[in-house]
Amino acid sequence: MQLSDPHIPEKSDCAESYNLISVLNLDEAEVERQMNICNACRYCEGFCAVFPAMTKRLEFKKADIHYLANLCHNCGACLHACQYAAPHEFAVNVPQAMAKVRLDTYTEYAWPARFGALYKHNGLTLALASAAGLALFLVLTLLARGTLFPGRLAGDFYAIFPHNTLALMFGGVFGFAVLALLVGVTRFWRRISPAETQAIVSGAAVAEASGAVLKLKYLDGGHGLGCNNANDRFTLWRRRFHHLTFYGFMLCFAATSVATLYHYLLGWEAPYPVLSLPVMLGIVGGIGLVIGPVGLLALNYRRDPAHGDAAQRPMDRGFIVLLLLVSLTGLALLAWRDTGAMALLLAIHLGVVMAFFLTMPYSKFAHGFFRSAALLKYSIEKRQPNNLKLGSD
Amino acid sequence: MFDVLVIGGGNAALCAALMAREAGASVLLLEASPREWRGGNSQHTRNLRCMHDVPQDVLVEAYPEEEYWQDLLKVTSGITNEKLARLTIRASSSCRDWMRRHGVHFQPPLSGALHVARTNAFFMGGGKALINAYYRSAQKLGVQIRYDSPVDTLELADGRFVAAQIPERVVNGVCLPAERIEARTCVLAAGGFESNREWLREAWGQNERGEWPSDNFLIRGTRFNMGVLLQHMIAAGADSIGDPTQAHMVAIDARAPLYDGGICTRIDCVSLGVVVNREGQRFYDEGEDFWPKRYAIWGRLVAQQPGQVGFSIIDQKAIGNFMPPVFPGTTGNSLGELARKLDIPEAVFIKTVEDYNQACRVGRFDHTQLDDCHTEGLSPAKTHWARPIDTPPFYGYALKPGVTFTYLGLKTDETAAVHFAGKPSPNLFVAGEMMAGNVLGKGYTAGVGMSIGTAFGRIAGTQAAAAAGYSSQVTREGQEHAVV
Repeated sequence: MQLSDPHIPEKSDCAESYNLISVLNLDEAEVERQMNICNACRYCEGFCAVFPAMTKRLEFKKADIHYLANLCHNCGACLHACQYAAPHEFAVNVPQAMAKVRLDTYTEYAWPARFGALYKHNGLTLALASAAGLALFLVLTLLARGTLFPGRLAGDFYAIFPHNTLALMFGGVFGFAVLALLVGVTRFWRRISPAETQAIVSGAAVAEASGAVLKLKYLDGGHGLGCNNANDRFTLWRRRFHHLTFYGFMLCFAATSVATLYHYLLGWEAPYPVLSLPVMLGIVGGIGLVIGPVGLLALNYRRDPAHGDAAQRPMDRGFIVLLLLVSLTGLALLAWRDTGAMALLLAIHLGVVMAFFLTMPYSKFAHGFFRSAALLKYSIEKRQPNNLKLGSD
Repeated sequence: MFDVLVIGGGNAALCAALMAREAGASVLLLEASPREWRGGNSQHTRNLRCMHDVPQDVLVEAYPEEEYWQDLLKVTSGITNEKLARLTIRASSSCRDWMRRHGVHFQPPLSGALHVARTNAFFMGGGKALINAYYRSAQKLGVQIRYDSPVDTLELADGRFVAAQIPERVVNGVCLPAERIEARTCVLAAGGFESNREWLREAWGQNERGEWPSDNFLIRGTRFNMGVLLQHMIAAGADSIGDPTQAHMVAIDARAPLYDGGICTRIDCVSLGVVVNREGQRFYDEGEDFWPKRYAIWGRLVAQQPGQVGFSIIDQKAIGNFMPPVFPGTTGNSLGELARKLDIPEAVFIKTVEDYNQACRVGRFDHTQLDDCHTEGLSPAKTHWARPIDTPPFYGYALKPGVTFTYLGLKTDETAAVHFAGKPSPNLFVAGEMMAGNVLGKGYTAGVGMSIGTAFGRIAGTQAAAAAGYSSQVTREGQEHAVV
């Protein structure tokens, strides 16, 4: 079934407007239908957080559905265990129904709201951003040096682009991306959390949710053997490759941050030697950011077609490939920074990184923010007394 | 030629195949259904009733053999075989490590099922996850598995299994030829006959109102349990046991699908309100005991009502106090409106509810205990949780009998052998629903079907392997467990 346009609420930052009963779109209505079946069955309670969260509810309104959709990690366990999965007439496929709504939420909560539409054709979005980033830096290189091969510059990037120019460009775009993500996730948080919940964020809940995020707790299948990929067999590889990707990315980010501190606080200017902290962080992170995405991509291609929403494959794969390009171009730049190819490699790397930054709030990157918010809500909610007393079954 | 042929593809069949393979035998397993429907009724199960003398991982406190036996004696009204029942009970105390080795995971009881935290170990993800794990393990160990292979005839010679026959059939538009499969030994684990509407009709017959009650039954489980092999075996002279009308039968939502409705079609609010028949009359004490201890009798109670239908009626006070049903209830802002919507005679219905309301003696309502809210001077009485139905909106759920599995099966002994005129077959064994009637003459208690299937599936597999010349330490292990 084609995605219907999500009903974007009237523009308003006023939380009260969210308490009005909203009409569910087709994707949300499908989650509601399936959750009513699951809530009467509950066999999957041990797999992840979605089902325990579901059992705290008797009805599934828009906010509940948005919350549960982002709590779902698309691990596939509940689909393979489901007695109501197709060909059963109930045709329950929770990972798929949740995936469709997740995309709707990224779209709906994106800021500025108009940019949410970029999720609808995300493969195109990433391609255009990459083309723009590459063109920009290739042209800038030509403008700065008159050639893409200005000869050996001993790894001195600033001989092409002054440090402050780069800092301003990337700082500006990155700052905007972070702002857009925070605004988006805040809007999501307000929607899924009643005001009284927002007031009781405890340290324990934050710690638990952070653990679930950093350890990818819900990709362990509930029994520690991992999630499903190609079939009903469990595998830990998705979790491992995601860890390599995430921590690789964080190390690369740390490399850049350390270098920035070196530059502004200590007055140490790049290029840094291979054995320096920023370069070592970048190498280790970069290798993680190569192996991780390659692994995730391989798993993605082998994924059971029933998992998730097939229409989102371009978004998922585009994002993985963009991450891979960031690390590959970065490592290539390091490897050949002392050669005549440095200027060209730098332009390519900066172009890819720029594309990545530009699309951060409008690509798969956002999933980490939305899922973290949902996990935090889960950790808060489970510490509250359950109003339902379903005595027996 | 295979050493062991296993006919069936559910829990008992897989237990037999795995045990036989572990003993060293070559094993072929024939599942009648296509792959996506594999596992028979086991795909709808969720737990195993386990004996244990001390707390064990997910099981709290203790559930000693004697208590388990008394529970079984009570639900079956004594229509059971003590030797086989105790064998099942003891096997349930020790089989879980073996199950874990084959990939089954256990978890603490599901929310809303805490009352069985002591007696039942839940499969993480339910029965289909268990079935998936067993199939994976079987494949890994080299058990040959074939789907779309319904056996309809066995060749027998003096009580010995010779070969099985699969008729010509169409699979995905391709016509497959008839086959004859020989093996040294054979395990029958092909389920009951609950999916066979004609057989149910014949068994239940016509009632005094001229109705064919079974025409209104729904089947909670697989559509593939046609009882073809069971019928064939009985006709071939195998000793049978059990009453064909006896089955695990519960009252489920009348809107449930004809087959495979499974767990979610249950209606759990019976004890919180009243149940009337289509004439608007109550017919049984809804508050006799906790619902988990009574759900298994309500299928038959509803089957005896006109049209084989009942209506569970509650009011707003009950909402949030029972497991949510899969379909929304019919609502009415007055009892009259509800009666009209449910197509029950309005005046009779209102009088039934008003009589009930006036008879209620409300003390301290507590649906987690056998409380003191009861009726006085009402027949039938409601002995617990009796509160007036007076707070709109009112909700009604139509109920129909839902058959889980039938108890008519093949008579067997502690070796799981099929018997012919009292003599055990040397190489033909039976497990699961095809012999559960040996232990369950009537009634049901949660998780006991899987206990029987696991115990006898494992015995049948071991015996079949041994009859084919493969004895192993697993046989001894089984004997050791018997003394635990």
